Amino acid sequence: MTVATARPATATTQPKVAIRGFGMTFATPDKQVEVLRGIDLDVAPGELVCVLGPSGCGKTTLLNVIAGFLAPSEGTVRIDGEPVAGPDPRRIFVFQERGVFPWLTVEGNIGFGLWRLSETERRARVAHYVRLVGLEGFERAYPQELSGGMKQRVEVARALAVDPDVLYLDEPFGALDSITRLQMRGELLRIQERERKTVLFVTHDIDESVQLADRVVVMSARPAQVRKIVEIDIPHPRDLSSRRYIELRDGIFAEIGLAHRV
Amino acid sequence: MSEPALERLAAATPSGSPRRAIAMARPLSPAARLLLPLGAVLLALLLWQLAVTLTRTQVFPLPAEVARGFAELQRKGVLWSYAGDSLRRVGLGFGAAALLGIALGVPLGRAARLDRLVNPLIQLLRPISPLAWMPLAVIWFGLSDLAPTFLIFLAAFFPIVVATTSAVRTIPPAFFRAAGNFALPRGALLRRVLLPAILPRVLTGLRVALGIAWMVVVAAEMLGVDSGLGYLILDSRNAGKRYDLVIAGMLMIGAIGLLLDLGMRRLERLPAVRWGFQS
Repeated sequence: MTVATARPATATTQPKVAIRGFGMTFATPDKQVEVLRGIDLDVAPGELVCVLGPSGCGKTTLLNVIAGFLAPSEGTVRIDGEPVAGPDPRRIFVFQERGVFPWLTVEGNIGFGLWRLSETERRARVAHYVRLVGLEGFERAYPQELSGGMKQRVEVARALAVDPDVLYLDEPFGALDSITRLQMRGELLRIQERERKTVLFVTHDIDESVQLADRVVVMSARPAQVRKIVEIDIPHPRDLSSRRYIELRDGIFAEIGLAHRV
Repeated sequence: MSEPALERLAAATPSGSPRRAIAMARPLSPAARLLLPLGAVLLALLLWQLAVTLTRTQVFPLPAEVARGFAELQRKGVLWSYAGDSLRRVGLGFGAAALLGIALGVPLGRAARLDRLVNPLIQLLRPISPLAWMPLAVIWFGLSDLAPTFLIFLAAFFPIVVATTSAVRTIPPAFFRAAGNFALPRGALLRRVLLPAILPRVLTGLRVALGIAWMVVVAAEMLGVDSGLGYLILDSRNAGKRYDLVIAGMLMIGAIGLLLDLGMRRLERLPAVRWGFQS
């Protein structure tokens, strides 16, 4: 399973995100719940890493800590060598479509983080990202008039519009139907091709992780640890029926302990 | 589905089946929407006429007498000026309640400690009818316009505080996190996220509060003022038992209340709040 490939910029340059000895314990009134334990992970600049694990394993908590919404109980999270002190507009968290503001139009949402820019600059930037995510003609529409997939595009465009270095995506396509989900993955890869952000993508969908990621971080059940990191050495666009794809996917299935049968 | 298609569906399915129930739920035609309430009003007028005629009461006026009462008030020039005076008092009291109620409700919804401190007091004062404050209102404000305005303020204030507080508490955390992620300054957070997020539910609270405020105006105008629709009712009864004018005043209050509520409902269709009113 471990594959040695010449990947650009993992060993030589400084990692974008460096997680060391990270653990998380939540205190409830009657007990302590250890959610994550001893996590070490480096993410290179421009890399797309999927964090894969069963529901409730703490992968969302991991993402919340990296994004600065929660402080770690143990260990450190550094970005560009600096400890994470809180949320930062250089690193945007993309929610499932729930984060779209229903009182703003598509334009208003996408331009939300651009209040520092002048009106003309903001317009230009918004128009660019409306086009990038394929929402031309819906600039003046309100979120309740859009489908789930379109709202998700708005979220992604709003994040990209502030030109962040890092994107955190927390099961962003989880609420979409399977056809839209597949389309959105293609869109994300197309956008990633152009924008080259460092992307941390949390998912519980094995196929999704193998389709998208440069590397898949397979988590164990609670308290979650890194079971294995799988490098996906298939060039894009990926053929989902190729032997290598099936081999990698089945390897992860086996790693998680699932027989690949229904 | 188009209307003819719905009708075919209704015709094609046996009555009493669930399908028929679905077809029956289609919206009323514009004509029916207008004619049905109009019919109810006419029926009420007819019953009123019959009841007065049959009982041969000397006190209760006939619809036509009330209509003449309206004309008389119009001639004296008090109908619209009294309505204007009542609306002014409600406007002031309700406006102050909206400003202060939202200004208090927002921090109460955000700060649990402050809520714990203030909420019991609010819950204690809230069930007290504004009318119970009448004696105090007279001591504090005398026989001026301020006394009824104060009562209207009290009537509207508590529903607005409660609606605002609960609206703030139910804002999805994702909105604040998204705003925090874009490093929105505190003032902008209030203006660009918190206020728009609570607006639909606050608007509902304002609508309820305005209804109550308008109901209270009649009683409030019994506090030594000499104008307004509440005063008109009281004065017409006291000075000569003019029940035609009493009922004219009542109908005027009802009609204006209806228009106020329609106006508030109109606001619910504005794009900035429409999202909050969809099932």
